[in-house]
Amino acid sequence: MPAPLRKSGSGLLFSGSDWDFETLSRAHEAIEQVALEELGLDVYPSQLEIITSEQMLDAYASIGLPLMYRHWSFGKHFLYQELLYRKGGRGLAYELVINSNPCIVYLMEENTMALQALVTAHAAFGHNHFFKNNYLFRQWTDAGAILSYMDFAKSYIARCEERHGTDAVEAMLDAAHALMDQGVFRYRRPPKLSSEKQREGVRERLDYEARTYNDLWRTLPPAKAGERLDEAEEKAAERKRALNLPEENILYFLEKNSLILEPWQREILRIVRIVAQYFYPQRQTQVMNEGCATFVHYTVMNTLFDRGRISEGAMLEILRNHSNVVFQPAFDDPRYSGINPYALGLDMMQDIKRIATEPTAEDRDWFPDIAGNGDWRATLLDAWANHRDESFIRQYLSPALIRKWRLFVLGDAAGEAHYEVGPIHNERGYEKVRTALADSYDIGATRANIQVVDVNLLGDRRLRLQHNVKDGVVLDEESRDATLRHIRKLWGYEVSLVGIDLQTGTTVYERSTAQMGE
Amino acid sequence: MPIFIDRRLNPKDKSLGNRQRFLRRAREELKRTIRDRVRSGRISDVDAEHSVSMPARGTDEPRFEEAGDTGRRRHVLPGNREFVPGDRIPKPSQGAASGSKPSRRDSEDDFRFVLSREEVLDLFFEDLELPDMVKLNLKEVLSFKPRRAGFAATGSPTNINVGRTMRNSHGRRIALKRPKARELEALRRELEELEAGRQNEAARARIAALVAELERLERRRRVIAYVDPVDIRFNRFEAQPVPNAKAVMFCLMDVSGSMGEREKDLAKRFFVLLHLFLKRRYDRTEIVFIRHTHEAQEVDEETFFYSTQSGGTVVSTALEEMRRVIDARYPASEWNIYAAQASDGDNFVTDSQRCISLLDEAIMPLCQYFAYVEIIDERESHIFGSTDNGTSLWRAYSTVEDKWPNFQMTRIARAADIYPVFRQLFTKQPAAGRKGG
Repeated sequence: MPAPLRKSGSGLLFSGSDWDFETLSRAHEAIEQVALEELGLDVYPSQLEIITSEQMLDAYASIGLPLMYRHWSFGKHFLYQELLYRKGGRGLAYELVINSNPCIVYLMEENTMALQALVTAHAAFGHNHFFKNNYLFRQWTDAGAILSYMDFAKSYIARCEERHGTDAVEAMLDAAHALMDQGVFRYRRPPKLSSEKQREGVRERLDYEARTYNDLWRTLPPAKAGERLDEAEEKAAERKRALNLPEENILYFLEKNSLILEPWQREILRIVRIVAQYFYPQRQTQVMNEGCATFVHYTVMNTLFDRGRISEGAMLEILRNHSNVVFQPAFDDPRYSGINPYALGLDMMQDIKRIATEPTAEDRDWFPDIAGNGDWRATLLDAWANHRDESFIRQYLSPALIRKWRLFVLGDAAGEAHYEVGPIHNERGYEKVRTALADSYDIGATRANIQVVDVNLLGDRRLRLQHNVKDGVVLDEESRDATLRHIRKLWGYEVSLVGIDLQTGTTVYERSTAQMGE
Repeated sequence: MPIFIDRRLNPKDKSLGNRQRFLRRAREELKRTIRDRVRSGRISDVDAEHSVSMPARGTDEPRFEEAGDTGRRRHVLPGNREFVPGDRIPKPSQGAASGSKPSRRDSEDDFRFVLSREEVLDLFFEDLELPDMVKLNLKEVLSFKPRRAGFAATGSPTNINVGRTMRNSHGRRIALKRPKARELEALRRELEELEAGRQNEAARARIAALVAELERLERRRRVIAYVDPVDIRFNRFEAQPVPNAKAVMFCLMDVSGSMGEREKDLAKRFFVLLHLFLKRRYDRTEIVFIRHTHEAQEVDEETFFYSTQSGGTVVSTALEEMRRVIDARYPASEWNIYAAQASDGDNFVTDSQRCISLLDEAIMPLCQYFAYVEIIDERESHIFGSTDNGTSLWRAYSTVEDKWPNFQMTRIARAADIYPVFRQLFTKQPAAGRKGG
């Protein structure tokens, strides 16, 4: 028999597994109440769309955006996903959420009502809050404009296909996709879209230079003779300044400076670049984003259950799904495939709640500013707003959690026959394990760092790229050469890539398109 | 209040355009796959879905990726049980690395996907240079004809069966006692008469009763509709395939040593195409394979294409065998008989005359169509291109061609030459009398 309810029976939001729009709406309302009042979330209005499994596959293939331009690689991914799904190798996600305003949430029609409620709490409130409040998303993406921008991009590329032929457009997209990882700004906000503002900026800067011009600087004696740059180097420095080099956003550099591209081709590069930039924050906040959503759905569902709005049967189903999502096998388990961001995120956030409300002496030691402050809601809201995965782990991973997960560091050097166990979950290891885990989520450190360093526009026009090799990790040769060929297509002249070891400054390898055939 | 949008009814194939782009991109490779499939598979299997593996070339998406086996890395792993700092664990041997995730390329390489029948045929037709109309015709699926099959409660408005609907409506009106117009009319008339007549106590009471009654009946009439949605019945149609006659296709081929791999491949494509044509037109098609050297025998498809036999070349034996099979199993009154013969043109000198008489007297009267293809070297095609000179068999068959309009012959050096053989078959399509059923 059901647990005592406040109102007999009618307190339940739903019963049975079937759903209809009225029930969905009622559940949404109840969840909204809990999410906003209890957790203090701040969300975009949500738009819930019911879709079939085929449509979910479609959405997968177009990297999760409801509107996408056409390209063969999406067709390939679709076939791949479809195969996995048909073979039963992989279930489909229950939902898909898009960082837009209003926040679009896709719900699968096959979900039971209990699942729909879970998913609504997870996506329409958890993810939604994170998208709206996290500093990375606020800084780098424009939720209000992405859908209309993709609409523009889709029709623009379709028009280009009509005018210039599918093959030409495809070649351009192929090359641009190869550089997507090198097509984001990591350290500054991308230049504003409006050219009007850009011109204004240039004028202001010139004004400023004119105002602050001081003839005195000219009279300064030159630097010491030994340090003086010879003429060639000075010229190189000069032209690097003019092109704003070094530049890590290779797509941006090619879009602005390529010598052979037509305006429409530049626009295509720009579209790909903007899509890449749009997804950049998501890649840096997997743990936090999923953790936030999971924490929210877990808290909301439990609150609703405590209030007698969800039946025990439904709650059981919800919990079963929840525990599937946050399942984390140990490293030697055959099911292990890396650290599950849902599990890590949820555990860390629940740990923060514990530290804020029931701190141990150790916690007071490690987290003096939040331990025992009692206000876990504010602490979490603050963490969600101001961190990305890397800084979040560096800041909040507690010794208690390291022990619970039994984390340890494993050193893996190529060419050696052994792995070496590094710091483990003990007093001496906590700091180091935490740092190592945080580093592994630092996208700046885990992706190959490749920059445009020099090009002589008046000479041989060779585009020089530099790969800063860290810890001796070099690039896969086959894909590297193929990618360089793509860059050559966009640049029009020879392209060379030099690998420089960051620690020693020595050249690890050198490769130029002149060395390879077409 | 959230906005709900039901997208389930939106068109499904949002990524169809992407799929087409992908297939176009992988076209060459897929074409080769299909060609190999045709070469190694059975003739009748071409006309179906095929599962193919992901083409490796032209569809990879390169990007700068770190090589897995270089440099020094640190992994943070959960679930430590017995390790202490400084422990050394031997690495698993190459290829069996556990815990390392397989690269994207590995996992996508060996997956297969299904090409639809249309896509397979497109690829198959491509270098046969078929005219578009013909392609369309071949891809067309068996035609269906709607046939009445009872009644249904749902359907499109054009299919409403009025008689049924009205009968249901009538029954329902009787069962629910819907007041008839006639009854109402009678009451109204009485009311009018009373109102026109003298107004005494009884009349007034009667009028009030009548008005109340009239109102009740009218309300009842409004509530119980004349035709209610539950009454409506639709004619139900079932798609039934148009009955087609059956056909048998004889494949005759010279398998003596002079027929090499290339010749057999061309011949096979020719047979496949003929089979496709026939399958479109006939409900049931059977294939009979007859191979011959200096003697002929009926064999299965496998033997037909892949086993060799040594011996001279006597074509008439194959024709004899064909006549025997027709007599035994395929009476011309029930079957449409098609024959396709492939040869390199060699024949025993004195045998050609016998072939002519066999065709003239026994076979051509029974056949819907007889196609002879002579597979020649590409260099020879320049010499023989348009002349009547040629092998003894060619010269002999030329006389048959003049006499019988349903006899076609041609020389094939390339795949693109195959189609013209069928042109006449197509122009004749409506006239080709179908027999039996």
